[in-house]
Amino acid sequence: MSAAENIPRMDRRKVMQWMLSATATLAVRDRDAFGADAPIKAKGYGPDPSMVTIYKPGDVWPLTLTESQRRTARALCDVIIPADDSSPSASAVGVPDFIDEWISSPYPAQAGDRNVVLDGLKWIDDEAQSRFQKALADLSLEQQTTICNDVASAKPKAEHKKAAAFFKRYRDLTAGGYYTTPEGMKAIGYVGNVPSATFEGPPIEALKHVGLA
Amino acid sequence: MPVITADKLQDKYDVVIVGSGAGGGQTAYTLTMEGVKVIILEAGRSFDPLTEVAMFQLPSQAPLRGEKTPDKQYGFHDCSINSGWDIPGEPYTNASPEPESQFKWWRQRMMGGRTNHWGRISLRNGPYDFKPRTRFGAGFDWPIGYDDVAPYYDKVEMLIGVFGTNEGLENSPDSSPGVLQPAPKLRVGELYAQKHGKKAGAHITSIHRAVLTKPQDAETLPAKLHPGNAKAQGILADHMRSRAPCFWATDCHRGCSIRANYDSQTVHLRPALATGNLDILPNAMAREVTIDKQGKATGIAFIDKTTGREGHAKGRVVVLAASSQESVRLLLNSKSNLFPHGLANFSGKVGKYITDSVSSSVGAHIPAFEGMPIHNEDGAGGPHAYVPWTMHAQNRQGELGFPGGYHLEFTSGRQMPSLTTLNGIDSKSGSSGTLYGRKLKEEARRFYGCQLGFGAQGTMLPNDGSFCELDPELKDQWGIPVLRFHWKWTDFEINQVRHQQKHIREILESMGGKVSQKADADVLKSMKQGGTVIHEVGGAIMGADPAISVTNQWSQTWDVKNVFLADGAPFASTADKNPTLTIMALAWRMADHLMDEMKKGNI
Repeated sequence: MSAAENIPRMDRRKVMQWMLSATATLAVRDRDAFGADAPIKAKGYGPDPSMVTIYKPGDVWPLTLTESQRRTARALCDVIIPADDSSPSASAVGVPDFIDEWISSPYPAQAGDRNVVLDGLKWIDDEAQSRFQKALADLSLEQQTTICNDVASAKPKAEHKKAAAFFKRYRDLTAGGYYTTPEGMKAIGYVGNVPSATFEGPPIEALKHVGLA
Repeated sequence: MPVITADKLQDKYDVVIVGSGAGGGQTAYTLTMEGVKVIILEAGRSFDPLTEVAMFQLPSQAPLRGEKTPDKQYGFHDCSINSGWDIPGEPYTNASPEPESQFKWWRQRMMGGRTNHWGRISLRNGPYDFKPRTRFGAGFDWPIGYDDVAPYYDKVEMLIGVFGTNEGLENSPDSSPGVLQPAPKLRVGELYAQKHGKKAGAHITSIHRAVLTKPQDAETLPAKLHPGNAKAQGILADHMRSRAPCFWATDCHRGCSIRANYDSQTVHLRPALATGNLDILPNAMAREVTIDKQGKATGIAFIDKTTGREGHAKGRVVVLAASSQESVRLLLNSKSNLFPHGLANFSGKVGKYITDSVSSSVGAHIPAFEGMPIHNEDGAGGPHAYVPWTMHAQNRQGELGFPGGYHLEFTSGRQMPSLTTLNGIDSKSGSSGTLYGRKLKEEARRFYGCQLGFGAQGTMLPNDGSFCELDPELKDQWGIPVLRFHWKWTDFEINQVRHQQKHIREILESMGGKVSQKADADVLKSMKQGGTVIHEVGGAIMGADPAISVTNQWSQTWDVKNVFLADGAPFASTADKNPTLTIMALAWRMADHLMDEMKKGNI
């Protein structure tokens, strides 16, 4: 391609870049102006991202949660996946950041979860305030459990139906986010992803467990 | 001769190949090892399996825990770039708005094509699979039989490295002695299914996959594959020594930087480049086959995606290996006074008779696996066992209501957890609410690895309602007319899926499995949509009669003697086997014939 042919292309590219940066700026301002549930305007990672790069939430698109929402998100994550003797809690391994990344995603499959989570976090904090006059994060585990049991119940009361759907979805995201970390994999009993010179098949204890030895 | 840019194209090549996947890779390998000068045009970019594949990365190290997105339609770490069913700027259309009458078209725009992310399942077609008309009175007999292809199956398996066992099964052929690599030990779930599945009539045995389980025999295999060709033997021996056997970790779909599994670049293109007889031009979107006044092909007109400029790669012979429907599209778009309906289309059959694997799946929770002692069963990055089709007697007596059969592939075991690993945990643990807290962690550990499922992949014979044509209006971003698809399931496929669903349930129940999905009264809802198995073949089928087929038995088009097809397009039907191994075997056989014809001066 000759230099002359290149000129309009360069200009167009520049215009595109300018438009994109303007959109990004706008997205940030929107959040400031209208609160956290403004529509997502960021872009995805595109069809040819580096697959070997180690990413963390916020690297590819901006996150959403305010500090007070994050406190609630962390607290709820840890009610769902608390620490125990052998494994850490969900917030200790960054699950709230993952949930923030998820609800901030520019892709359509996550769009429905955005308002479910944002509305749900608000609901559960309001509920904590009205029942115990404190934020969810400042309640005792017993108090937190009282609220969660209402929305985790098989038959939630009519006024808790929406919150119950939120709790189920938030539980799924928390558990999925947790068990995909190294600590979560250890907690669930996944011990692979390690190179080995040989593959010996199942150990005798596993075969005995299912009556094959 | 190396990977080049468009300005480095030579004036003329012996052979111009479109596509660098299984068919194009095998063709280039076979030809260049014998001294033929070849150019491959690849629509995608160069890709380096050594440095670009994510083998050990965890879901937590990818955006959205690596879940699928429109940008990465098989998940973030899947070895696919610029690929998918929907690619911006590269549309296709469907004539019908009904999902069951639509075809979904996967395109893999990268060096090595689809071989980058497949399951490496490498099953041979059997004798019946080539003769459906004779055996079942439907479809078309291929103009070749199993015995014509068997020597090439042996050669391909020796070259790429396939593990498995010889079982003496009807219509699931053995390999010749010494060809297969040792099969890995079966996992506990596979062994459990093997024992209990017998009650449901399932014969479970080692699968065949293109993964090295030991170093290739660089001392003897090269001489078997290239007798009398010292240079080729030397190149292949070096190349075999550069491949490491499987280290029993990481999913094959992510690609393999130690070269243990087959992909076209690792196994075909590297040695082909080492011969000095191969140029590869990436980012070259083929547009049409060019012809001379006598109606002979002269090369490929393409668009260099890096500049937007038109280019022309010239050769004595053109081989289309762009993936079956992309090759069909090229033929249909190569219109001229001599070929007003597209190249090699005097029969009107270009685009006709597309088939795909007939597929559905069922999964279950296996209570016997609860609380299984913790152990590592990553294994060879995919299944070690499968259920071959064995109900030939029922077939013969016409009891089943469909021709051919299907094999079953496992999903089982203690795989690396994903975002959805805990799906269904509430019902498994008998809770009708939402589990959380310490109880959730206990139940997660107890139920992890207890899910086992089977996916069926079955025979499809061609029908008049599954075909493609050029869309009368729409063009892609390069101005190339796009394809419009038509899809039809016949009673054969519907009956087969009904049988699949019932049979899989019986196997799972024989293991004490609790099937969570309800049996679908509407069998179409259980069926995978046409194209979604990514096994589509046909569209330029081979035959014995030029009036009703596009190519002869050598995948050489009837109408243009120097145009050949090396992907799935010449398949006259889909077997109950995955197509890739057969694509490679037919490509090798085609390339041998092509060289004979060149030597004889016929092309």
